[in-house]
Amino acid sequence: MPSEAAEPNHLVAFPGGYTRSVGPVTGRFLSELRDGRMVGVRTAGGRVLVPPAECDPETGEDVTGEFVEVGPAGTVTTWSWVPRPAKEHPFDRPFAWALIRPDGADTALLHALDLGVFEPGAKPPKVLKTGMRVRPKYRAERTGTIGDIECFLPEVTMINPQAALEYRLKGGRALGRFLEGISEGRILGHRCPVCEKVIVPMKGFCTRDGVPTTEEVELPDTGTVTTFAVNNIPDPRAPEVPFVSGYVLLDGAGLTMLTLVAGIPADQVRMGMRVRAAWRPREEWDRSMANIKWFEPIDEPDVPFEEIKDYM
Amino acid sequence: MRPVAVVAFVQTEHSAEDQGIAETEMVLPVINEIKERTGLSRFGFTCSGSCDYLQGAPFAFVSALDTLGAWPPISESHVEMDGAWALYEAWVKLQIGEIDTALVYGFGKSSQGDLRAIMSQQLDPYHLAPLGVDQVSMAAMQARAYMEKAGVKEDDLRAVAARSREAGRGNPFALHLPDPAESAAEQDYDVAPLHGYDVAPVTDGAAAIVLAAGDKARELCERPAWITGIDHRTEPHSLGVRDLTRSEAARIAGEKAGATGIEVAELHAQFSHEELILREALGLGDGVTINPSGGALSANPVMAAGLIRIGEAASRIHDGTASRTLGHAASGPCLQQNLVCVLSGENNG
Amino acid sequence: MANPCAIVGIGQTQYRTKRLDVSMAGLVREAARRALDDAGLTWKDIDAVVVGKAPDLFEGVVMPEVFLADALGATGKPLMRVHTAGSVGGSTAIVAANLIQSGVHERVLTLAWEKQSESNATWALTVNGPFTTSLVVGAGGYFAPHIRAYMARAGAPDHIGTLVAVKDRQNALRNQYAHLKIPGISREMVESTPMLWEPIRYLETCPSSDGACAMVLASEKAARQSPNPPAWVHGTSMRSEPMQFAGRDSVSPQGGKDAAADVYRQAGITDPRSELDCAEVYVPFSWYEPMWLENLGFCGENEGWKLTEAGATAFDGDIPWNPSGGVLSSNPIGASGMIRFAEAALQVRGMAGEHQVDGARRALGHAYGGGAQFFAMWIVGSDKP
Repeated sequence: MPSEAAEPNHLVAFPGGYTRSVGPVTGRFLSELRDGRMVGVRTAGGRVLVPPAECDPETGEDVTGEFVEVGPAGTVTTWSWVPRPAKEHPFDRPFAWALIRPDGADTALLHALDLGVFEPGAKPPKVLKTGMRVRPKYRAERTGTIGDIECFLPEVTMINPQAALEYRLKGGRALGRFLEGISEGRILGHRCPVCEKVIVPMKGFCTRDGVPTTEEVELPDTGTVTTFAVNNIPDPRAPEVPFVSGYVLLDGAGLTMLTLVAGIPADQVRMGMRVRAAWRPREEWDRSMANIKWFEPIDEPDVPFEEIKDYM
Repeated sequence: MRPVAVVAFVQTEHSAEDQGIAETEMVLPVINEIKERTGLSRFGFTCSGSCDYLQGAPFAFVSALDTLGAWPPISESHVEMDGAWALYEAWVKLQIGEIDTALVYGFGKSSQGDLRAIMSQQLDPYHLAPLGVDQVSMAAMQARAYMEKAGVKEDDLRAVAARSREAGRGNPFALHLPDPAESAAEQDYDVAPLHGYDVAPVTDGAAAIVLAAGDKARELCERPAWITGIDHRTEPHSLGVRDLTRSEAARIAGEKAGATGIEVAELHAQFSHEELILREALGLGDGVTINPSGGALSANPVMAAGLIRIGEAASRIHDGTASRTLGHAASGPCLQQNLVCVLSGENNG
Repeated sequence: MANPCAIVGIGQTQYRTKRLDVSMAGLVREAARRALDDAGLTWKDIDAVVVGKAPDLFEGVVMPEVFLADALGATGKPLMRVHTAGSVGGSTAIVAANLIQSGVHERVLTLAWEKQSESNATWALTVNGPFTTSLVVGAGGYFAPHIRAYMARAGAPDHIGTLVAVKDRQNALRNQYAHLKIPGISREMVESTPMLWEPIRYLETCPSSDGACAMVLASEKAARQSPNPPAWVHGTSMRSEPMQFAGRDSVSPQGGKDAAADVYRQAGITDPRSELDCAEVYVPFSWYEPMWLENLGFCGENEGWKLTEAGATAFDGDIPWNPSGGVLSSNPIGASGMIRFAEAALQVRGMAGEHQVDGARRALGHAYGGGAQFFAMWIVGSDKP
C-alpha cells in the first residue's frame, strides 16, 4: 500500500534509461512482438519455451535455434487480482496479473489481464479463473518491448448488441372506438350478429364466428370475478406485488375481460366475487384503459360457481 | 402429383401509409371476401405467413387467427415467412390427399416501423447486424456487381422501374407511383447505384388465396390455375461466399418447378436489378410479360408480396389472358431464398 | 393416401439455462449433427430443412434461420420456418412429416430451437404495446387463473400439482440431456418454494432453457438404409382456436379434444390409456398434467387428478407421462414441442436409454401453445402402419 509519508525526496533513475542489449533469443522474441506475433523457442527435448530463453531451464542445455509462432490465444495457468493498483501498474483501475500459456507453448508468460471497468477495491470477477482463455491486445505503435502487448483480454464469449426498433403503432378502429368510450366513462362492446353475445372490448368482429360486428352495446361497470391469479413476481411494467389479475364477466357481456382486481387484500379475492370498476377522478381521464384503476368488491353476495363455470 | 389449383385470390387495396387500422382489421375483409367468392366458410387446412417484428410484438399471427372464425377449431399452421411459403405448406398438405381445400394468407404493416432497421436485424447477428448495414445497401452492392458483369446501366434499371410503375398505375390494388423521370425527389441516389424508384415502396397490405384439388377446384373455379410445379431453394447467407451476379437458388427452383413455356411471370423483385437477375436465372426471354401487376416496385406489402405474385400469376389464367404463368417469391438479403410456382390453365395431372 | 414416414434420426443438445459455450449456429448444429449420426447420414443426404422456433424476440434476430441457412446445411435446398407459438416444435415436425407423406422428399431434417439466454423469456413473451397495461407477467401469469378454474371445477386437492412436479423431476434424473436435475426432489421441497403466480409454486413451473432438438424423417425406402430402428408415424394432427370468445372453455379447450380425436382415429386408437404405452405431453406447469389427461381422453372429465394421484402416470405406472422429465425439466420454448415428439419416437425405437419405458411400442407426442389454443400431436409406433 502507498505510504502516508511525506513527498519523496530522493529519486534514483538513470538518465535516459538503461541501454540493455537483448541478445539473439530475447531479441528475436521482441522483434516478433513488434511485428505483432509471439514466438517461443524449442528445447532439445522438444518443449517450446515462451518467452524464449537461451537455455532449457530443466537441463541447462542450450536451446535449439528453432523459433515457433505460438498463440495468439492462451490459457491462464494462475492469476492474481489487484483491487487497488499502484502507480507503476499498467492500469489505474482493478485488474489481474496472470501467467498465460500461449497455445503451442509449454511454458507461461506473465502479463496483465484486463477484465473491464471495476470500482476500486472490487472483488475478483467470477469470469477470472484458472483455465480461462485470453488473447493479447497489441498496441498500435510498437517498439519491441513486452509492453507492445498492452495487456491480455478474455476471449470473446458474448457480444451485447444494442438494437432498438421504433414503431408508431395505432391501435386500430375498434380499439380506438372502445377507448373513446372509456374516455367518456363508458364501457362499449359489440353484439355479434351470429352468436348474439356481447364482446367487450370489441374488436370489430367476432373471433368465434369470424364476422364483422357493428352493433354497439354499452355495458355497466359492474361484474363478477370468474377466476384469477395472485401475482408475486415483481416486474417493472406491472403493478406492485402481490397483485391480482382476474377475469371479470361484466353484467351483460358474453365473455370475460382481464383486469386488475384490488381494493381488497389479495388473499380475500374469491371466484364469484361481485366487483365494480374503480375509475380515476374524471379530470384525469384520457383515451386509455388506465381510466379504470382496477375492479373492486361491492357489497353483493357472491355468484354461485354453477353460474360462472361456463365462462372460464 | 395430385392436381391442385389456385381457385381464388383476394388482396387489399395496398397503402403506403398507416390507415389507422389494426392488422386484424386489414385481414378480416380479405378473408371474408375470399370466403364469399368461393362460397366456402371452412377449409381443410389454413396456413398464414407473417412477421412478428413488423408489429414489434410476439405472436402477430395469433390475433390474425381471430379473423378466421376458427370455431369449431380448425387445422391451421403458420410460417414466419412470406405467405408464398404458407401456400407451399398448404400445397404439400393437399398432396397427401386427405383434404381438398386450403386457405392461405399473408399480411404485413410495414408502415408502423422502420422497415430497413427491422430487416437489418435479419442479418447475421455477429458479423453484419452490429455494423448497421441494411438490406437496401446490400442490394445496391448486388446491383453494382451485376451491372459491372452484365454491362447494364442505371438507365436500364430505371426502365424496369418505369415499366413497373406504369403497370402499377393500371392496377387498382397497387400504389400509383409517378414515372421515375417525373419524380424529382427520386433523381438522387437512395444507396448508389440504386435510386428511390429502384427500391420497392413501404406498403401495408394483405392477400389470401384458396387452393383446391381435382374436382373441387373445377367446381369452385371456371378456369382453375393448376400448379404444375412448385419449388423453393436457399443460398448461403453471407454475400461474400455467393456469386451475387446470379441467383442460383432461383435457377434451381425454376428448374425443379418446370419453368418453361412461360407467357407471364410475376417476379418478387424488390429492387429493379433483381428483376434482371431473376429473368436470367429463370430463363425468361424477351417474349415473356413481366409483372403486369406492377410487381413489388409498385406495392410491396412485406409477408404478402410473394403470395400476391402467385395470386397475380393465377389471375392471368383465371381471366383467360394467359395459359402458362409463373409466380415467384423471395426472402432474405439479395434474393437469398426463392420460390417458384408454375401455373397452367391445362390440368396435366 | 399418405406415404409412410419414419423417424430415423434424433439429436438433442444438452439443455441448460445458458449455453454460453456455443453460438446459435453451434447450438443448432449440435442437435442436427447428433440426428444425422443416429440416421447414419451426412448433410448432403438431406433433401430439405424445416426449422421451428417461438418468437424471434428471444434472440433478437428476425427469422434467424435465414442467417443460419449455411449452418443448417440448407444451401441449394428448400428451407422453411414454422412458428405456431408453444406448439411450434410439434407443428414443425408435422410439416416435415408431410413432406415425406406427400412424396415430395425422401429425407428431411427438421429442427426446433430456442436460445432464451440471449434475452429473457418474460420480456420476449410479454412485449407490451402502447395500448395495453401489463397484467400478465410471463406464461405463468396467463395460465394461473385457468389452473385455479380447473381446481374448482374438478374439485382437485391442492397437492396434485406437487405430485407432478416431483414425478417429472425424478424422471429427469434418468435423462442425460435434461436441464433441471434435482436429486432428492420431494413434495416437501416443492411445497417449501414460493407461490409465483398463485396457485403456481416456483417448483411447479418449467425452467427457461437454451437448447435444440432435431430429427431426420425418411420415406419407407430411405428408412431401409437406417442403421438404427425407425419409429413410424401413425397419425398427426393440428388444431387452432381463437384465444377468447363467448363460450370458450379455456380449461379444456375443444381444439385439444378435436386434435386428439383426429390423431387417435388415424392411429386406430379408441382407448388411449390402454392402447398407448407412454406419452410425452407438454406440461409446462405441473397442473397441466391432470388437465391434459382429461382433455386428451385418458380419463373422464374431472378425473385427471385421480390418475395422477394414483401414480398411473409415474415411470412405473400403467401409462407413464413424460418419462424424459418433460417440459418441467427442460424448456427451450421453441424446441419443447419437438422434444416431446422426439422423446415419443425414442421410446418406440427402444432408444430412450435410462428412461426407456419397457416394451414401449406406441407413444403420443403432444404440444400446445398460445392461450392453450394451438395444438399439435403425433402418434408414433414401432411397427410400420
